[in-house]
Amino acid sequence: MNIVVCVKRVPLTQEVDLEIDSTGKDIKKEPLAYVINDWDHYAIEEAVLLQEKFGGTVTAITIGNEEDEEVLRRALAMGAAKAIRIDPGDLSLDGFVISRLLWAAVKDLPFELVLTGVQANDDNCGMVGVMLAEHLGVAHTAVVTGVEVDGKEAELQIELEGGIEEKSNIELPALLTIQTGINVPRYVSIMGIRKARKKPLEVIKVSELGLPSEDLTPRTMIQEIYLPPDTEGAEMIEGNPSTVAEEIIRILTEKGVNV
Amino acid sequence: MDEILVIAEHRQGILRDITHEMLFKADQLRKSTSCAVTVLLIGGLDETTLKELSRRADKVLLLEQESLKNFNPDSYKETIFRLIQERQPFMTLIGHTSWGMGYAPALSVKTGYPFATDCIDILVENRRPLVIRQMYGGKVFSKVSFKESKGYILTVRPGAFPPPESVEDRHGEILPLPIPADLPRPRSTFLELVDTGAGELDITQADLLVSIGRGVGDEENIATVKGLADLMGGTLACSRPIVDKNWLPKFRQVGTSGKSVRPKVYLALGISGAFQHIAGISGAGTVIAVNKDRKAPIFRVADFGVVEDLFKVLEAMKEKLAK
Repeated sequence: MNIVVCVKRVPLTQEVDLEIDSTGKDIKKEPLAYVINDWDHYAIEEAVLLQEKFGGTVTAITIGNEEDEEVLRRALAMGAAKAIRIDPGDLSLDGFVISRLLWAAVKDLPFELVLTGVQANDDNCGMVGVMLAEHLGVAHTAVVTGVEVDGKEAELQIELEGGIEEKSNIELPALLTIQTGINVPRYVSIMGIRKARKKPLEVIKVSELGLPSEDLTPRTMIQEIYLPPDTEGAEMIEGNPSTVAEEIIRILTEKGVNV
Repeated sequence: MDEILVIAEHRQGILRDITHEMLFKADQLRKSTSCAVTVLLIGGLDETTLKELSRRADKVLLLEQESLKNFNPDSYKETIFRLIQERQPFMTLIGHTSWGMGYAPALSVKTGYPFATDCIDILVENRRPLVIRQMYGGKVFSKVSFKESKGYILTVRPGAFPPPESVEDRHGEILPLPIPADLPRPRSTFLELVDTGAGELDITQADLLVSIGRGVGDEENIATVKGLADLMGGTLACSRPIVDKNWLPKFRQVGTSGKSVRPKVYLALGISGAFQHIAGISGAGTVIAVNKDRKAPIFRVADFGVVEDLFKVLEAMKEKLAK
């Protein structure tokens, strides 16, 4: 069972004050730490679990600069056999362009499954996986929380809204976008990630993919980004923990909760 | 610029709220752009629901066949593709739901139309859409424009627009369409729906929910929060990351993929407030949020907010309550 898993390195933005950069179209990235996209972490684990069960090769692929190889090395340390980095240079990327780049690199690889995360922590788009599926001409399903492969098909659990799950069969090859919680991603040590340097990591330049300029032209453009106004929202309770606790208890009582 | 096409989403014979919400926005855009609003219903619903849709659109297109009764990504993609080719709507709206996410991106590739997901607002300027989205888990908003095209495909965030309570009846025409003869065989098959949210306790019945998120840090800390919840006669709940880590069972999860709750007070501890979580607490009487991150999106929907380490607040509350 050969599996391709698409991964992305994203800035960690929880519990951080974000600032808009001078272009007005992105946040200041320099102060931020980078991690693997949450959803992709689960996608790698799922690919490796399937590889352990059925054999075959897991190939991890990302689009990014040299620093982004960190996520590929993590995937290799988790059990992927090889990795590919597409270097976009200074190309402007949107979901469409990303999906074309991935298509060009994936189309000649042998695979029964392509796994991606449902979405990424940074742009929150959730579009690249299913776009890639259409380019590849394979079956597709989003928000998958369970995969049981049986010969040339797989039984899927798909998370719907309201605590409902759908069960479906899908023909292979297929592309699935993987939801968090589908498994428990294995821990890899720094040492393990270092050792993974011995596994093959191929770097491909966009120019080597032979894509026409139409494929490299974004169809969507961010005009501007902005932070929500500070004045919006909650009435803030100030003071030391003791004062705050007292106020919370007062509110609880006022709202009819017996504490 | 003549038509806005809304793809109705329904499950087990019932329209999903997202359908009404998209129709709300489509109606606003109709007034500002003079586009007609057409809704496409794949699968078929009862007379009353059809009538309801026809009140809210200029046209209701019906594709009714037993094989289309359950959602299927290939069937939806192929039938909508053919309809778009034929009618060339200016804008096609699809719900940013699990099902929508499963075919809308492929449809955008097939049509070649520019595509944006999870839109929370849609404007039209110079005959092109301009949409508002969120990034970085709701901490940043973005305004997105599109390359010029005959049509555009957008997915709409559930809960972004209100379902109108009463609307002027538009007496939309209900138009059954022939099922396209050349539909390829779908590559996936629907088996069944399963309710995964049931458990030993129903958190939707609680007056006080003490709910934890990623900010709780470690699994061992959950016992401390549970202790406080017990002390106050509250029920422990949580956000998605806690269930993903298997720290608490799914029946305690609040949010789009868990439960929608309506306690008198919802005490959110260390929950950043992803929109999927916020969607689950819109029925709560009062929301009190405690989070270290002053910019956490939860503070935009909470009634009261505290920027503090949740454990400090927790200990102080325990002390007060013990007295």
